[in-house]
Amino acid sequence: MPDATRLTVRKTYKLFIGGAFPRSESGRSYVVDDAKGGFLANASRASRKDVRDAVTAARKAFPGWSARTAYNRGQILYRVAEMLEGRRDQFVGELRDLGLGKAAAGTAVDGAVDRWVWYAGWADKLAAVAGSANPVAGPFFNFSTPEPTGTVGVIAPDDPLLGLVSVVAPAIVSGNTAVVVAAERAPLPAITLAEVLATSDLPGGVVNILTGSRAELAPWLASHMDVNALDLAGAAAEDVAALEEAAAGNLKRVLRPGAQDWARTPGTGRMTAFLETKTVWHPVGV
Amino acid sequence: MVFEYAPAPESASIVDIRPSYGLFVGGEFVDGHGEPFKTVNPADETALAEIARADAADVDRAVRAARTAFEKVWGPMPGAERAKYLYRIARLIQERARELAVLESIDNGKPIRESRDVDVPLVAAHFFYHAGWADKLEHAGFGPDPRPLGVAGQVIPWNFPLLMLAWKIAPALACGNTVVLKPAETTPLTALLFADICRQADLPPGVVNIVTGAGETGRALVEHDGVDKVAFTGSTAVGRGIARSVAGTRKRLTLELGGKAANIVYADAALDQAVEGIVNGIFFNQGHVCCAGSRLLVQEPVAEELVERLKTRMGTLRVGDPLDKNTDIGAINSAAQLARIGELARAGEDEGAERWSPPCELPGRGFWFAPTLFTGVAQSHRIAQEEIFGPVLSVLTFRTPEEAVAKANNTPYGLSAGIWTEKGSQILWTAQRLRAGVVWANTFNKFDPASPFGGYKESGFGREGGRHGLEGYLDA
Repeated sequence: MPDATRLTVRKTYKLFIGGAFPRSESGRSYVVDDAKGGFLANASRASRKDVRDAVTAARKAFPGWSARTAYNRGQILYRVAEMLEGRRDQFVGELRDLGLGKAAAGTAVDGAVDRWVWYAGWADKLAAVAGSANPVAGPFFNFSTPEPTGTVGVIAPDDPLLGLVSVVAPAIVSGNTAVVVAAERAPLPAITLAEVLATSDLPGGVVNILTGSRAELAPWLASHMDVNALDLAGAAAEDVAALEEAAAGNLKRVLRPGAQDWARTPGTGRMTAFLETKTVWHPVGV
Repeated sequence: MVFEYAPAPESASIVDIRPSYGLFVGGEFVDGHGEPFKTVNPADETALAEIARADAADVDRAVRAARTAFEKVWGPMPGAERAKYLYRIARLIQERARELAVLESIDNGKPIRESRDVDVPLVAAHFFYHAGWADKLEHAGFGPDPRPLGVAGQVIPWNFPLLMLAWKIAPALACGNTVVLKPAETTPLTALLFADICRQADLPPGVVNIVTGAGETGRALVEHDGVDKVAFTGSTAVGRGIARSVAGTRKRLTLELGGKAANIVYADAALDQAVEGIVNGIFFNQGHVCCAGSRLLVQEPVAEELVERLKTRMGTLRVGDPLDKNTDIGAINSAAQLARIGELARAGEDEGAERWSPPCELPGRGFWFAPTLFTGVAQSHRIAQEEIFGPVLSVLTFRTPEEAVAKANNTPYGLSAGIWTEKGSQILWTAQRLRAGVVWANTFNKFDPASPFGGYKESGFGREGGRHGLEGYLDA
C-alpha cells in the first residue's frame, strides 16, 4: 500500500539527444494535459538549436551504427522490445492518462513491443530481399546491396507509442540514425520510450527525440543540409508541400504521409524508403 | 610506336534527315506552336533540321493523348501483350541499329564507335530486358498486384540521347504507364526516329509521345497536372527545381543527376589496366557522362608513374570527326557546353593546378576540346568539386585507404566511383565505404539493363535498370 502521506516523485520530461537527456537549450517548456484537461507535465519545447544538436548527434552516430553487423542491430532492436515489455505497466499508465481505456492501452503497448520484435527480425534479412545479383551481359560479377541513406528526420504521427515505434524502428533497423519530432500533444510516452532506448544497448545518437511544436521544428529538419531523408508521417496536410519543398534543397528522400493504420502488420515500405541501392561491378577472369 | 591512320568514315548516307520535324503526339507528327529551333551538327556547326517547339498547349495535348492511351488501351492491356510490343521495338532498334548510330553521332557529336558499339546495342537490350518484366511484375517484389502510375512525364539530357530515352521509356511501358518524353534541345533527332519505330511497331497511338523544345517545354511537362510520374536525368540544379515543383503534389519523382566520381588507384593496382580504365572513365563520350571518373585519386607511391603512363596513353587518343571509326574523342555537344568546360579549365589554372594536354590538332569548325589533365589539384579547387562534364581529369593523391575514402566521399554527389587494386578484400572494404550508387572495381563505365543505376545524396534518387528500376513506375 502506498503511504498516504508520501509525496510522489515526479519525472522531469526532457529531450533525448546523443544518448543524454538535456533540457531544451532555449529553456522553454509547454504544458501537456491529460485527456480531461488536467496538468500532466511540462514537456521541453525544443528549438532550432536543439534540432541542429540532434542532427549533429545523429550524424556522429551514423558511421558506427551503420557499420554494426545486421545481426547485432537485430539483437539491439530485440533488446528494445525486452526493455519495453518490462515497462509495460508504465506505458499503459501513460496511455491511460491520454484517455485510452485499459484494454486499448494494453493493446497499444503490446503492439509496440511486437513491432520492435518484428523489425528486429528484419535486420539480417533486408539485404537478401532488397538486394540482388544481376545477370549482366558480359564477364562481370555484379551485385546490388541496400545501404542506409544516412540521417533521417522523422515527424512522428499523433499515435503516441505504437505510431512512434512504427516509424522509428524501420528507419534505424537498416543502419540509419534518426531525429524524431514526437507527437506534439502527447509527447510523454516518446520520452519514456527514450529511457527504454537508452537502456537497450542502442548507441547514443542513433535515435534522438525532440518534443515541442511540429510547426516550429519540422521546417528546420526539412531544410537541414545534413539530413538525408524525411518521414512526414505526422506532418499536417497543409504543411506537406512546404516541407517537401524545403527538403528539395539537398534532395532528401521524402516519405509522404499515407494511410496510417498502425495496428496492421507493416510491409517493407517504411524500411526501403530510407535505403540506397549500391551496385558493384567486378570483372570475372583468370 | 604510333601508327598513322587513314580516314575511315562511316557513311552518312544511311540516314535521311528531313528538313523539319513536328511533335509526335497521339501517334501522329503534328505541328508545334512555339518558335521552331534548329538542331546543329556539333562537328561542323551546320544546321541539321528545324525542330518544332512545343508550347504549354502542345504539351497539354500530348499529356491528354497519353492519358487516353493509358485508360483505354495500354493500362487495360495484358502484360504479355505489352511485352510483345516491347520485344518488337527491341527488334526494330536492332534492325535499324546502324541508322540510329549514325544519326546519334551526327546530332550529338559522339564517336561512331561508341554510338555503334555501346549506345545503340544497350538501347535494344534495355527494351528487350524490360519486355520480359511486363507480364511478371507480380514477381518483382512490389506486392501481389502492382499497378502502373499512369502518365509519365520524362525529361532527358543530350549526352546519351537515345540511351536515356530507352532508360526512361522501356520501364515505364513495361509497367503499364504511358509517356510524354522531352528530348534535349540539342539532340532531338534519334528520339524522333524512335517515334517512327513506334509507328512501325504499330504501338497504339498515345502510348509514346515526344515533345521537343527547351527548358520551358520541360517545365510545362513536369508541372502539368495530368502527369502522375516525373522522371528526369540532368543537372543537379535543374533536378532540385523539379523536386521543388512536385512538392505537395501526388506526383512520384525519380531523379538521376550530376556526379563527380572518384576513381581510386591503389599502389598495387595493375597500372596498365588502370590507365585504360581511367581513360575510359573520363574520356568516354567526351566526358559528357554523369558518372564519369573525373577525380583520379592515386596512392602516392605510384602517382608519378601512373601520371606518366596516362600522359603517354592520352597522346594516342584521336580527337576529330565523330563518324570516323578511328575517333576516340568526338565533338563537344554544343557551344554552350564548350564554353562551360573552357571556363572550368581556366579556373583550374587560376587556382593553381597544373594543366596538360597532349599535342593534338583540333578541327577548324565545330566544338572541340582536347583531352586535358590537371595535376596538383586540391580538394577545394573548383575542378575537384564541380561537375565539368567534359574531357578534363583532375588528379589528386592519397596515402592511406581511409584518406582515399574520405576524399572520395567529400562531395555532395554520390553517383559512381572506381577502385583499382589487385587485393580483393581491399576492393570490398573500399566499396562498402564509398557513398555512391555504382562502384566499378577494376573496370569503369559499364552499363547493363539488368544492373540498377542511380545515385546517393545530391546525385538524385531512384534507380534505373534491374528489378529496382521498376519501383519508380509502379504504385506498389
